[in-house]
Amino acid sequence: MENTNEMQLIFDSRSSNESFARVTVAAFMTALNPTVEEVSDVKTAVSEAVTNAIIHGYESEVHNIYIRCRTEERTLYVEVEDKGRGIEDVEAAMEPLFTTKPELDRSGMGFSFMEAFMDGLSVVSEPGKGTTVKMKKIVGKGRKLWTAQPL
Amino acid sequence: MKYQVQENCLTIFLPHELDHHNAEEIRKESDHLIERNHIRYIIFDFEETAFCDSSGIGVIMGRYKRIYMLGGEVCAVHTNERMKRMLTMSGVTKIMHIYEEDE
Repeated sequence: MENTNEMQLIFDSRSSNESFARVTVAAFMTALNPTVEEVSDVKTAVSEAVTNAIIHGYESEVHNIYIRCRTEERTLYVEVEDKGRGIEDVEAAMEPLFTTKPELDRSGMGFSFMEAFMDGLSVVSEPGKGTTVKMKKIVGKGRKLWTAQPL
Repeated sequence: MKYQVQENCLTIFLPHELDHHNAEEIRKESDHLIERNHIRYIIFDFEETAFCDSSGIGVIMGRYKRIYMLGGEVCAVHTNERMKRMLTMSGVTKIMHIYEEDE
């Protein structure tokens, strides 16, 4: 299929890799000519998913985190996967302010931000097997064809 | 990370990117300063901050809980539109005042 592009990333679940992960995804999506705002949205969402994998999925042990990206026309698909402990009740975990680690100053806003800043979010998880967060971002949604695009 | 202590007021100059990685550092350092200097007021300065995620919100919430117990307050300055949106979404604006430029 034309107008598609793919990228995969495997890295250690260290907190120092959080910025590497979001910057890499941001760089990958530049081909879609996104606005600064759209890039920030994706960076925040990727950061949330990766942070979740590190803190909750692997509980600070070092294992692999997998990111798969795909662009199709004007849409970016991002998947963030860990093979960690998984989530027992995904619905509860996605509630705003829900957190299992308040002692670590977790705000419980991770999934809420992913939902707010992306155009689609689904979470597949199995306890003991791991979690995959699938997100979608449509670039240039509110942009009309005849208006000049911001630099 | 840069901090400023004036009497019982601590200003935290937040970094360019506020994520889980450096939130840990701010948490440890600021709690140390709060204890040692009998801090009652904390100002979060977002002037340099271009990126923030829920870990940053967590740092604010955590410091608020600590300082509230001691009868203190937290506030934020130099927040951009995006920061304000995130703070509002998470409900932090109910416990923290955001000062605008000219106040």
